[in-house]
Amino acid sequence: MVPLTWYLIVAAALFCIGTFGALARRNAVGVLMGVELMLNAVNINLVAFWRYINVGQMTGQLFAIFVITVAAAEAAVGLALIIAIYRQRRTVNVEEIDTMKG
Amino acid sequence: MDYVLDFFVNLGRSWTTWLGTFLPEWGVTIINYLVGGIILVLMPVIATLTLTWMERKVIGRIQNRLGPNRVGPWGIFQAIADAVKMLIKEDIIPDAADRPVFNLAPILIAGAAALVWAVMPFGKGVIGVDLNVGVLYLVAVGSITTVSVIMAGWGSNNKFALIGAFRGVAQLLSYEVPMILSIATVVLLAGSMSTMRIVEAQQIPFIFVLPVAFIAYFLASAAEVGRAPFDLLEADSEIVAGYFIEYSGLKFGWFYIAEYGNLFAVSAITATLFLGGWRGPFSHQAPVLGPLYFIIKTVLVVFVMMWIRGTWPRFRIDQMLGFAWKVLVPASLANLLWVAIVLKIALPTIVQWALMLGGNLLILVIAAGMLGRAAKRHAEQRNLAPLSSGAA
Amino acid sequence: MQQVMFIVISAVTLISGALVVTTRSLFRSALWLVLAFFGIAGLFVLLNAEFLAVAQILIYVGAISILIIFAIMLSRGVMDPETRRFNDQWGVVAGFTAVLLVLLVAILTRVQWPLAAGAVPADAIQRLGADFVGPYVIPFEVASVLLVAAMIGAIIIAREREN
Repeated sequence: MVPLTWYLIVAAALFCIGTFGALARRNAVGVLMGVELMLNAVNINLVAFWRYINVGQMTGQLFAIFVITVAAAEAAVGLALIIAIYRQRRTVNVEEIDTMKG
Repeated sequence: MDYVLDFFVNLGRSWTTWLGTFLPEWGVTIINYLVGGIILVLMPVIATLTLTWMERKVIGRIQNRLGPNRVGPWGIFQAIADAVKMLIKEDIIPDAADRPVFNLAPILIAGAAALVWAVMPFGKGVIGVDLNVGVLYLVAVGSITTVSVIMAGWGSNNKFALIGAFRGVAQLLSYEVPMILSIATVVLLAGSMSTMRIVEAQQIPFIFVLPVAFIAYFLASAAEVGRAPFDLLEADSEIVAGYFIEYSGLKFGWFYIAEYGNLFAVSAITATLFLGGWRGPFSHQAPVLGPLYFIIKTVLVVFVMMWIRGTWPRFRIDQMLGFAWKVLVPASLANLLWVAIVLKIALPTIVQWALMLGGNLLILVIAAGMLGRAAKRHAEQRNLAPLSSGAA
Repeated sequence: MQQVMFIVISAVTLISGALVVTTRSLFRSALWLVLAFFGIAGLFVLLNAEFLAVAQILIYVGAISILIIFAIMLSRGVMDPETRRFNDQWGVVAGFTAVLLVLLVAILTRVQWPLAAGAVPADAIQRLGADFVGPYVIPFEVASVLLVAAMIGAIIIAREREN
């Protein structure tokens, strides 16, 4: 059996990679991909905890399914926004979309 | 005699015990997996070789001509001739193409066509791996095809390929929904997602209980594979071979293998879900007949698909998408709802099935009526001749 | 044997994740994202959550990745030399995430997790379905409303304006 901490370490590493992508990428779609990686890392955590701590109840998997659902909805709306912004401003560079900057 | 009656399972057991005499446990497992994998990967290749010949003969006969008959008796070596021709063609790669993506797309799509065969129930106990989410796995593998279509379209660096890929993905995604809905209906009825158990739950083939689900699944999977009348993507007169326009030689061969492998696979799934899989007369006493019945039913479904290809005209892209979303999805949803309601009423199974069949026929009549009226209205709008003029 | 598979699959996942955030060409990084999703599905299979693995492939690879690829293609600049990947603060971000990683690993290796060895219930999928319409029916219904709202919203936002 693989110890629980190995799964948690993989999930933590993936989360940090996703954070780096979300904070450091220039392109808006790249930022979104980082966010998706973060959500997937959370899913790994949830399912690992389900498997190793409370297999009898399906709460862990259920929660992971909800996370996937919300991630899908958020990806759809986010990408629609990116497409609309591109049509308006001809750019998806997050540094150039700054009309609200003080 | 008993050995022959359950031939395939007994053969597998004898092989495993023979291997176990001189190999450690893990060696036997690895060799078994390898052999199983090779057999399953060969399925799309065998399907391509035989189905291309069958298609050309069937379509030829429908069009009142003979089809290939020079290369071997009845032209059965035509497929090998085609394969050799394809192999010796020059492999051209466009200059500005994205090389790894361009090269990877045909491999992925052929791989997806091969992966499907892992959960096909050929006979009682003759299955690659009996996943308890078997049918969902089938749909998920189909989505790998979608990604590789985009990769092919992008990697070719060609506007026609890109447009063809977009349309292809729109078609594939739209028709996944009625496909999943009709599979969900069958899963509700059988009580399990495992393909093995779905076959075992079919006391009578489900086509007699859920004809709407059968029609919806048949048409949706024809669209998933890209067969006529949904072959807008690869029709030469429409988009010049669509997303695999820039592929030549063996890479095009992989697309070809993937297409016919997918055709065989969706026919096999239709046979499993709706026609009773490996069940047939005497299949309980002699399980060795199981794979034979399975192959016969699959070839029957393939024949019907080829028949449709030879007879029906092609859909336009907006007609195709409209058909998926406006006809198949509501019908499948209504079917699913009705089956779920009927299953909750505590009645003997036969009565439940009769109720479901009645509901299905009602859905068919309503759908046909609405489609007929829409067609008449459309014809009147465009001042076409009314349909009843021929009978007068 | 299981440990070997775990190491291979998590290596694939982490390496493709790293490539997602560092590749210059956006389309290639979308493809690496697809590979990362497959790796995560493999991890789910190792954790005996097969339904979730198949659902992950179906939803993430089959739909979300395609959505991302479409958005990439629809938002490419006309003159598109591959511009710089990272914005000006990438050094700070790299340092921060490295510290975060070290902190997380340090914490989770020191916690005494209340491990409970158990077997996966045989009717796991039936239980999952029963939970959806039983104790967790409200989040289920709210999720369906959310999906409809997201669908309508996305269609309206991304529609072509006919001026």
